[in-house]
Amino acid sequence: MLGRTANGLYWMFRYIERAENIARLIDAGLRMALTRSGATDGDWDGVLQSAGMQQAFLEEYEAVTDSDAVDFMLRSRNNPSSVMSCIEAARNNARMVRTALTRETWEATNEFWIDLKQLLARKVRPQDMPSVIETIKRRAGLVRGAFHGTMLRNEIYNFSRIGTFIERADNTSRILDVKYYVLLPSVSHVGSSLDNIQWESILRSVSAHRAYGWVYDAVYNPANIADFLILNGQMPRSLHYCYDKIVANLAYLEREYKQRLDAHDTAEATLKLLEKGSIKDVMDQGLHEFLEDFIGHNNRLGMQISEGYRFY
Amino acid sequence: MLNAGADPRPPYRSYHEWYAAQDPANLIAKSRDAENIFRKTGITFNVYGHEDQSEKLIPFDIIPRIISAREWRKLAQGIEQRVIALNAFLDDIYHKQEIVKAGRVPRALIEKNPTFLPEMIGMRPPGGVYTHIVGTDIVRTGEDQFYVLEDNARTPSGVSYMLENRETMMQMFPELFYANKVRPVEDYPYQLRQSLQELAPPGCKGKPRVAVLTPGIYNSAYYEHSFLADQMGVELVEGSDLRVIDGKVCMRTTLGYQAIDVLYRRVDDDFLDPLTFRPDSALGIPGIMDVYRAGNITIANAPGTGICDDKAIYSYMPEIVEFYTGRKAMLENVPTWRCSEEDSLKYVLEHIDELVVKEVHGSGGYGMLVGPTATKKERLDFAEKLKAKPANYIAQPTLSLSTVPILVKNGVAPRHVDLRPYVLVSKTVKIIPGGLTRVALKEGSLVVNSSQGGGTKDTWVLED
Repeated sequence: MLGRTANGLYWMFRYIERAENIARLIDAGLRMALTRSGATDGDWDGVLQSAGMQQAFLEEYEAVTDSDAVDFMLRSRNNPSSVMSCIEAARNNARMVRTALTRETWEATNEFWIDLKQLLARKVRPQDMPSVIETIKRRAGLVRGAFHGTMLRNEIYNFSRIGTFIERADNTSRILDVKYYVLLPSVSHVGSSLDNIQWESILRSVSAHRAYGWVYDAVYNPANIADFLILNGQMPRSLHYCYDKIVANLAYLEREYKQRLDAHDTAEATLKLLEKGSIKDVMDQGLHEFLEDFIGHNNRLGMQISEGYRFY
Repeated sequence: MLNAGADPRPPYRSYHEWYAAQDPANLIAKSRDAENIFRKTGITFNVYGHEDQSEKLIPFDIIPRIISAREWRKLAQGIEQRVIALNAFLDDIYHKQEIVKAGRVPRALIEKNPTFLPEMIGMRPPGGVYTHIVGTDIVRTGEDQFYVLEDNARTPSGVSYMLENRETMMQMFPELFYANKVRPVEDYPYQLRQSLQELAPPGCKGKPRVAVLTPGIYNSAYYEHSFLADQMGVELVEGSDLRVIDGKVCMRTTLGYQAIDVLYRRVDDDFLDPLTFRPDSALGIPGIMDVYRAGNITIANAPGTGICDDKAIYSYMPEIVEFYTGRKAMLENVPTWRCSEEDSLKYVLEHIDELVVKEVHGSGGYGMLVGPTATKKERLDFAEKLKAKPANYIAQPTLSLSTVPILVKNGVAPRHVDLRPYVLVSKTVKIIPGGLTRVALKEGSLVVNSSQGGGTKDTWVLED
C-alpha cells in the first residue's frame, strides 16, 4: 500500500471521528443550556475549551455567545475542526484514497458531505439544531456501518481504525482535562446540583450518561466517572478501550508486514498502564498531570506511526 | 432517431417501440434518478475558476445513441487505419523524418511545434508504441458519412463516462438490454490493464506492475483517474509518491519503495520530469526521463505524442495516413483552412461568419469561435487575434451534423452530437465498441464540450 494512502485513510477516519465528537460536544452544550434556568454563555466557554477551539474562537469574536459558539463549532470555514471543515477534509482524504475504499464507504462519506453542505449552507436556527445534530450522528453512523460491513480486514482497515482511535483517545482525554477540576474531590461542592449537571455534561459529551448508570450507580461520583472514561475497557470511548484497539490493529500490521516498529512499543506500554492502573493511582498522580502525559504520549504515537509507515 | 418520413431509422426501431410505450412523466423522473446516481457516486468534474461550485455534474441524457453494426464496422476500420498511421508518424518524426524529407509535411510545423519534444528524438518506447490510448473524435453527417473532427493521442479523457453511462442505463432500464443486442464496453478496464502490461519494458521480470499517475484530487479529471485505477486494480500515484532509485521508478509504500514497470500517466508532458521539462513542476518525478530512455519504464502515452492533437498537424492527416499505410484514408477529415497560408487566411477572414475557427493547440472548446452563432463583436475581436497570429489558427466549415434525440420537457428534441470511441494499442489494436457521445444541449449549438455546457449519452453499438 502507498504510504500516502495509509496517511489518507488515517486522516479520513480521524476527521470523521472528530466531526462526530464535536457534534456531541455541541449537543451536550445545548442540553446543559436547556437544563439550567438562565443558562449562561460561560457554559459555552467550557464547551469551546473541551473542543480545543477556545483560542481560535476568540481570535474571531470578542466574547462568547451561545449562537456564535455553536456556529463556530458547526460551520466556520476558518475553524479547521468545525464539523463542516472536518467532513470536507474527510471527504478530500476519501477522494485521495478512493481506490482503497469500497463503493459503499465512499458513497456514505460523499453523501455525508453533500448533506452537510446543504444543511450548513446558512446559520442553523435554534429550532433546527436537534435535527442537524441528529443528521450528523446518523451520517457518521452510516459511514461506520458501510465501513464495517464492506471493507476487507486488511492493512486498509487497520490504518483506518488506528486513525479513529488515536483521535478518539485524544478527544476523550481533552474533554476530561478541561473539566478535571470538576472531578477533584472537594468538600464544598460535593453532591450539589451544580456538580451533578457538570458531571452529566461530561458523560453526555461522550454519549455515556446512560451507560454510566448501568455500570456504576445512579449517583454520580467523580472517581467513578474518571474510572469509566479512562480505565473501563468496556466503554467504547475510554482511553483503555481506544488503546486496546490501537494495539490490536498495530499487531495485525506487525504480523502482516513482519516488521515491528517503535510505535508498537509505545502503544503497548500505554495499554499496560491503562490495564494495570487503578483510578486511585491516577488521582494520586494528579488527574491533570496524568492526562497531560497521556495526550503527549498519544501524539508521539501518531508521529511514530506516520514515520514508521512512511506516510510522507 | 427518425428518417425523413418519421419512421425510426433501423438501429432505433426496437428502442422507438419501447419509447412509444413509456409514460413521459416517468422518463423525466428516471432522468432525475440518473442525476442522483451520478451525484452520489461523485462522478463530477472540476471546473477551473469556479471557487464556489468547484464540482459539477455532466448532464446525462437517458436516450441512448444507437449505431448499427454495419456503420460501426466501417467506422472501426477507418479508426484502426488512422491509429496505426499516428503511431507510425510519431516513430518517424522522432527518428528519420521520412515524411518531412518526402515533402509531405513541412519541417517547421514539426520542429517548431511546442508539442514536439526534442527529448524524444531517437527514443523508441517498448513495443514501438507511442500512443497506447487514443480517442478519435468523430462526427456523422448522414448515413455512413463520418468525419474525424480531431485526434486525441496525448491523454484522451472521458472513458469513465462511457462506462458509468452504460452502468447507469443498465441499472435503470434493464429491459432495454434484453430487447436490444448491445455490444459490451464493460471490460475496458481489463483490456486497458492487459494492453499496458503487454508493453512492459523488456527487462521487466514477473508480472508487470502498473500504476496510474494523477496530478491529484484538484485536477478536473481526478474522478476518472481514481475510477480507472480502481477498476484496473492498480495503484493511483502522485508525483510525491514516486522517486527514482537504482535506475527504476519506485513508489513509496508502507513497507518501503517498490518498482513500477508501466506508468499510465494523466499528467502533461511539461510536468512529467522537472529535470527535463518544467523545473517548477511538483507533479512529476525527477529523473523519470532517464529511466525511460534507459528502457526501464513504459510511459503511456509516450511523451511527445501531443503533437498529433495539434490542429495544424490534423490538417495533414489525409497525407499522413496515406504516407504510412499506403492507402487512402478511409475516414475523412473535415476540410480545414490553415490560417498560416495567406490565401486561406484571406478566405477565412472573408467568411468568418460561416466558419468555426480554432486554436491549433486549444482543447476543451476554449479559444474557439463558432462563426454562425457568434455576435458581430465576437467575430471582429476574433478576426484581430487571427490577423495577429495566423499560424495559431485553423478554420473549418460548420458541417450539417446529423442530430440525435434528447429527452426534454415535452418529449424529445434533436441535438448535435459527436462521438469519441476509445482505442487501445499494444501488440494489436483494440477498438471498444461504443464510446463517449457528447451532446450540445443548447438548441442549435454545435459545441459539445463538457466545460461549455455539453452533456453525454450512452452509446450503443448493436450486434449484427
